[in-house]
Amino acid sequence: MNTNKASGNTTTRTYIKESLITFVLAYVIFLPITGLVLKGYDYQALLHRPLYLALSVALLRVCIVWLRDRRMALPLPTVQIPAGVRKHKRFGTALLFGVMLALPFSIDNYWLTVAISVLIYILLGLGLNIVVGLAGLLDLGFVAFYAVGAYGYALGSQYLGIGFWAAIPFVIVLAMLCGILLGFPVLRMHGDYLAIVTLGFGEIIRLVLNNWLDFTGGPNGVAAPPPTLFGMEFAHTATQGGRPFHELWGLEYGSSHRYIFIYLLLLATVALALLFVNRLRQMPLGRSWEALRENEIACRSLGLNHVAIKLSAFSLGAMIGGVAGIFFAAYQGFINPSSFTFFESALILCIVVLGGSGSTIGVVLAATVITLLPEVLRDFADFRILIFGIVMVVMMIWRPRGFVTAKRQRFER
Amino acid sequence: MFDIYVLGQQVLNGVILGSIYGLIAVGYTMVYGIVGMINFAHGDIYMISAYVTAVALAVLMAFGIDSVYLALLLTMVMAVIITGLYGWAVERIAYRPLRGSHRLAPLISAIGVSLVLQNYVQIGQGARTQGIPTLIEGSLSIGQGDSIIQISYTQLLIILVAVASMCLLTLVITRTSLGRDCRATQQDMVMASILGVNINRTIAWVFTIGAMMAAIAGVLVTLNYGTFDFYIGFVTGIKAFTAAVLGGIGSLPGAMLGGVLLGLSESLFSGFINTDYKDVFAFAILVLMLIFRPSGLFGKPEVDKV
Repeated sequence: MNTNKASGNTTTRTYIKESLITFVLAYVIFLPITGLVLKGYDYQALLHRPLYLALSVALLRVCIVWLRDRRMALPLPTVQIPAGVRKHKRFGTALLFGVMLALPFSIDNYWLTVAISVLIYILLGLGLNIVVGLAGLLDLGFVAFYAVGAYGYALGSQYLGIGFWAAIPFVIVLAMLCGILLGFPVLRMHGDYLAIVTLGFGEIIRLVLNNWLDFTGGPNGVAAPPPTLFGMEFAHTATQGGRPFHELWGLEYGSSHRYIFIYLLLLATVALALLFVNRLRQMPLGRSWEALRENEIACRSLGLNHVAIKLSAFSLGAMIGGVAGIFFAAYQGFINPSSFTFFESALILCIVVLGGSGSTIGVVLAATVITLLPEVLRDFADFRILIFGIVMVVMMIWRPRGFVTAKRQRFER
Repeated sequence: MFDIYVLGQQVLNGVILGSIYGLIAVGYTMVYGIVGMINFAHGDIYMISAYVTAVALAVLMAFGIDSVYLALLLTMVMAVIITGLYGWAVERIAYRPLRGSHRLAPLISAIGVSLVLQNYVQIGQGARTQGIPTLIEGSLSIGQGDSIIQISYTQLLIILVAVASMCLLTLVITRTSLGRDCRATQQDMVMASILGVNINRTIAWVFTIGAMMAAIAGVLVTLNYGTFDFYIGFVTGIKAFTAAVLGGIGSLPGAMLGGVLLGLSESLFSGFINTDYKDVFAFAILVLMLIFRPSGLFGKPEVDKV
């Protein structure tokens, strides 16, 4: 179907031919799924749906042919950072942080939970960014570490009686161990095989969580205790001993206190993680991750220890994922395996890819957009996954290195 | 407890399941052999075929075609053509523009396609489980009383069609000029294109043929189980990929044999050990195989090059 690519002048006849062929093919393709809807053993014909779809595909095809013919690639939005902006960077970051600090006191509970999800996804994106973006190891089972964090906290409090604060070091150690455990067998693998093995691991963990009824509660899930601050609880009446937060400070009880607390703590954690990742990138470890991503054989022949590099990437990524899991469990108050499906892994990967692999600011932006988008487009909630999928494909064709490659300089000194 | 008839029944079920895996695995292995990518959306292509089957049957019945065998034949033809078109379209839209891009790009794009196909079917046909009526009734049984091995006529049909389509595929690959192009492209893409093989056309055909084989698997599974939903492609796809890896990815007979092996071991595992963990078992085989013998049982080891 690549007509007249070389000659450069497409005649009207070609346009008609192209659009007709595309239309017919698209109609045949769309017809059985969108046009003939199954109703029990019978069907209902909705023939207008494939018609519209095929018409728009044909139109798109004509546009693409026209653009290619005009040698007019779509103009890419590149972000140029003027010299002056960099001076104000510190000020800008401080201002943004201040706004983020004030945010929970000015929005209602619903948007507060949305803001918490944004921060959790930023954390997950930062974790996966170390593995995929910096070290170039495609991990399709990242949700496993998220699950390890969430279940480590919930089950830890159920069986070992550890609280929110004790759970953080516990989960960090647990997640890093899991990262190393996953890292060891896959050291020799690269690219696609690595992706499939990590996917297998992720699914195995989810299936075990789902089937091991006696220990994990299976599909019924487990309750995770709410977080505390110096023994103060954020409930109306204390359940874990100690006095509730609002009593101690003489405040009116509000259900938002718990969310505000989680939000602020999460904000601090995200800030810490951002600092951590950005510092790491300047350090020899971060540089060797990027070297490994670019060329493993060259990297090894220059004397870099690929075992240490890969394992450190896996374990540090897992650590951040695990911490995100604690926050997820603490904020939900209840977890079950259905929160840790492959789709979640794909979503986190989508954040990293969209943000531009390796760019931390890109991850923050992408996580914000991806979490806020379905909230803004409530009416299109059904199409959310469809849009994600299309975005992933289009991004790979159009900007395989992500959106924020130009902004990357901003965070390097 | 241990009963030779139960064992026989499980082996039979395993072979049937395995021939389905084999049919789907062919698509993974051919694509990997030629383009070097894992077509993550292949499982969803198979899912599309299940829907096309049900829709085609419903339409044929509405048009008053009473003969079961005629309806089956027409359904098979429609499913193969339309699903083949899906395979072709996916390659054309999501993979061809990425040729020569960095190595993770096609895989990420494939994940995107997989999400798109699942959600597209969910929106188009609704999220609930769909089904078809039982078309072929009756079964053969060997033995008497409690100790029998049963094989339904549908299962017999599955084995026959699976074997026939595998033979046909082998003929196409070894005897036709298209097959020669495929083999040449697999050996050396640049050299083949210099010698006048139309690479784009060959790769498009490989994707289409893989989708057609998955379509046959989709029709057969739908006939056998009767129910399906938009999510069946994921687990079946990964299992079929496991089969392809087991047999040595890139090798056609390997994929078929790997499918049967995986089907047998899965059916024996769930028959004699534990049903809940049969998916874990399949994933564990995949992981262990990729770790310890990534070239599979019949494949050639890969060598890293700078």
